[in-house]
Amino acid sequence: MDFETVIGLEVHAQMLTDTKIFCGCSTKFGAAPNSHTCPVCLGMPGVLPVLNKKVVEFAMKMALATNCEINKSCEFARKNYFYPDLPKGYQISQYAYPLAEHGHVILDVNGEQTKIGITRIHMEEDAGKLMHDEHNPVSYVDLNRTGVPLIEIVSEPDMRSSEEAADYLKRLHEILVYLEICDGNMEEGSFRCDANVSIRPRGQKEFGTRTELKNMNSFRNVQRALEYEIKRQQYLVENGGTVFQETRLWDDAQGATNSMRSKEEAHDYRYFPDPDLVPIFVDQAWVEDIKKDMPELPLAKRERFVRDYQIPTYDAGVLTADKALANYFEEVVKICAKPKVASNWIMGDVMRFLNEDKLDIRQCPIKAESLADMIKLIDEGAISGKMAKEIVEDMYKTGNAPQDIIKEKGLVQITDEGELVKTITSIIEANQAQAAEYRGGKEKVFGFFVGQVMKATKGKANPQLVNELLKKMLAG
Amino acid sequence: MELNQLTIHELQEKIKNGDVSATQITESVFSRIDAVEERVHSYIRLIKDEAFAAAAKADENIKKGDIKPLTGIPVALKDIVCTKGITTTCGSHILHNFIPPYNATVVEKLKDAGAVFVGKTNMDEFAMGSSTETSYFGPTRNPWDMERIPGGSSGGSATAVAADECIASIGADTGGSIRQPAALCGVVGMKPTYGRVSRFGLIAFASSLDQIGPFTKDVEDCAIMMNVLAGYDSKESTSVDIEVPDYRQFVGRDIKGWKIGIPKEYFVDGIDPEVNAAIKKAITVIEQSGGQCVDISLPHTQYSVATYYIIAPAEASSNLARYDGVRYGFRSADVRELLEMYRTTRMQGFGAEVKRRIMIGTYALSAGYYDAYYKKASQVRALIKRDFEEAFKKCDVILTPTTPTPAFKIGEKTDDPLQMYLSDIFTISTNLAGIPGISVPCGFTSGGLPIGVQFLAGHFEEGKLIQVASAYERNAKIEKRRPAF
Repeated sequence: MDFETVIGLEVHAQMLTDTKIFCGCSTKFGAAPNSHTCPVCLGMPGVLPVLNKKVVEFAMKMALATNCEINKSCEFARKNYFYPDLPKGYQISQYAYPLAEHGHVILDVNGEQTKIGITRIHMEEDAGKLMHDEHNPVSYVDLNRTGVPLIEIVSEPDMRSSEEAADYLKRLHEILVYLEICDGNMEEGSFRCDANVSIRPRGQKEFGTRTELKNMNSFRNVQRALEYEIKRQQYLVENGGTVFQETRLWDDAQGATNSMRSKEEAHDYRYFPDPDLVPIFVDQAWVEDIKKDMPELPLAKRERFVRDYQIPTYDAGVLTADKALANYFEEVVKICAKPKVASNWIMGDVMRFLNEDKLDIRQCPIKAESLADMIKLIDEGAISGKMAKEIVEDMYKTGNAPQDIIKEKGLVQITDEGELVKTITSIIEANQAQAAEYRGGKEKVFGFFVGQVMKATKGKANPQLVNELLKKMLAG
Repeated sequence: MELNQLTIHELQEKIKNGDVSATQITESVFSRIDAVEERVHSYIRLIKDEAFAAAAKADENIKKGDIKPLTGIPVALKDIVCTKGITTTCGSHILHNFIPPYNATVVEKLKDAGAVFVGKTNMDEFAMGSSTETSYFGPTRNPWDMERIPGGSSGGSATAVAADECIASIGADTGGSIRQPAALCGVVGMKPTYGRVSRFGLIAFASSLDQIGPFTKDVEDCAIMMNVLAGYDSKESTSVDIEVPDYRQFVGRDIKGWKIGIPKEYFVDGIDPEVNAAIKKAITVIEQSGGQCVDISLPHTQYSVATYYIIAPAEASSNLARYDGVRYGFRSADVRELLEMYRTTRMQGFGAEVKRRIMIGTYALSAGYYDAYYKKASQVRALIKRDFEEAFKKCDVILTPTTPTPAFKIGEKTDDPLQMYLSDIFTISTNLAGIPGISVPCGFTSGGLPIGVQFLAGHFEEGKLIQVASAYERNAKIEKRRPAF
């Protein structure tokens, strides 16, 4: 049977505010357990939440970046359930009236654009963390993360393959990081994803029974889990089995999903408006203020790079995947005015160095200005491309400017015709037999002479000039 | 008269004149406590050492001429407001050992105003009750008749004032928990407008209804306490930032030309005849004071108890979820796994009435029932609120009985929750509408039990309540009695 996959994603992104959503505690990751807590985030009796306005503004940025409508008023609701990492016995979230709805993100795969709908974006507080003692029957609770602001971005069931889902996730991630409202660190849990997936015979309108997948902490795992789950569902259906509505956990080591709880066991969260918080009213003036503060978004930047710099779509995609990388590229181009050459150097050597050392462009020892200068030196014929390869490696190692490295290593290209004529004359004299072969029509020998010249000049000779002179002098 | 029998304003005069010291007042209060507390049981915890230390400090300040509105005045706190370093139980086993690391905003304000804290008063567990019988620490008795309940849930705060075991006290009112015990114990009790007094540090029962207020011996003291308690608090999102007038300026003013609304829905069958007669008499006093009584209607009154008993338990079921034995308070010993720990802790830690309300609230919020219960109740609540808005177009304040009957016997209604719930029938709408109300003594039954009259006003019109209550108090000339025990 030919099946169609239907995927919807729920993404939780931690907001990069300094303080928590309902109290003044720090949101910094990695502090000693329970050191970033106070009576409010500990859920002690009688304490009350006060909303951090920054969280609303950050969420509004994401809403605008994903083409959502921001509701004129929204409210917080309590999601009630018991768990030791949830001190109040309820999570403050949004339910009936979320901050924003009806948005979309555009995926651009090989020039083909697909629109993925965003159902809603809402704000909520994060829960704490449990740590289980491996040797004793005890568990510990760390409530530093309790009350760290989150936004949840819920997509429409618009994705039709695991690749599309992974691409959508990457786009969301990119936007969040561009907006500087989330650090996007998946390992630390700043960016988390749950997936709803079902299959149906191609052509059928109704959705199949869906399962919810959890515990996937990388783009790769999301894709792997989806692929596994799609196969599992297909196998079931093809073999007369039934897909049950349930929550399944991805097991990375096992490479499989396992049932966590069934629909019958699903919680009734008993949502109701939180009486300790007042509705949030967002007027147009506030939206306009936020709009003024919005940076250029990845898709727009990508289109501009292709249009203004005349670089291939592929290059634009790579360069704009990280805002800092895009900025670096633009800085280089601003100085050297050679966009495609700059793109090649950045995507080639520079990124290879960085990847090898697991660094990102912000930590790159090669200053944009230095790379631009190097490109200019090639363009002016001061150094050859081959020399540049060597120079750029030194630039990366030392952080020095190309001019300094050239001077230090005596790498300046020999462009003095007189000097080269002398060298060539002596080489031809020393290799009369080969010169005769060349004149006899064996053009291959030409390469031999180029090699000899380069050897004699330690590669510093300007190749174009060597070619010209050799042709003239061998013929002579 | 003993010092502990005097009002705040009387004591302030004596303090200013150098006639008495804060220490003398505190001594007087504690000797009264020594004499009667065993029988009344107003307090869950007395903080005598702290009180005398505070009194000594007050005396130093008095010497320096630094006299604040409550300097040297012994005040009792309902055990629902968090006190830093002092066990705060909310009348429950589950918090029997809870020591807050913070003060409620009102505690800070009272402290800043110079108050001397006497102790933490008894209350229905988590303020769920109308008789102070559901307290984990045993019932409080009505000083006017030891066989009777003092009302609730702030029963201990009412009796502490009525039995002169303090000069004034703090209560909290979710459906009548200040006004009802004030009426049954013959003292003045005010529930301010929702948002007028900070709820920060008030252990939540029903967050959208809870409000802190004072118990005092007369209306002027109520104004003095409100001057200290009222005001915006940035720690509470539902706190309202509007100016607080000097409530004392409303004391002694007349009410000539005021329209006093008499809602027909509050004068129905089932009211005790002696209460009815006392209220009729109060209406006469108001008219003699220059007020003009007008008939009004609050048509949705009959739905208030039902509405309240959806909304309050719903919020409570969520507010009380944090008492899970994980971080503080009681945790059942001898449990092996998480669910068992939750279940046993909550089963053993909460009393029957609290569990009943958690179950009602959980049910009302459950999938499939939310629309029929919680949502419907919220809609009716809006109608009740509108009733009052309409009514206040026709009158300045509303006059009603505070309670349908005087204090009932201990144990009389404990097996009949519905009858118990109906004792708040005249006070509950106020909380649903968020408006302020005050109960003022208006006489005694032939058996010597106090009766209260309630005045209600529009949002943030506490000044009007002080004015009408003070005019009533002045002109009614209710005989000054003290409970004889």
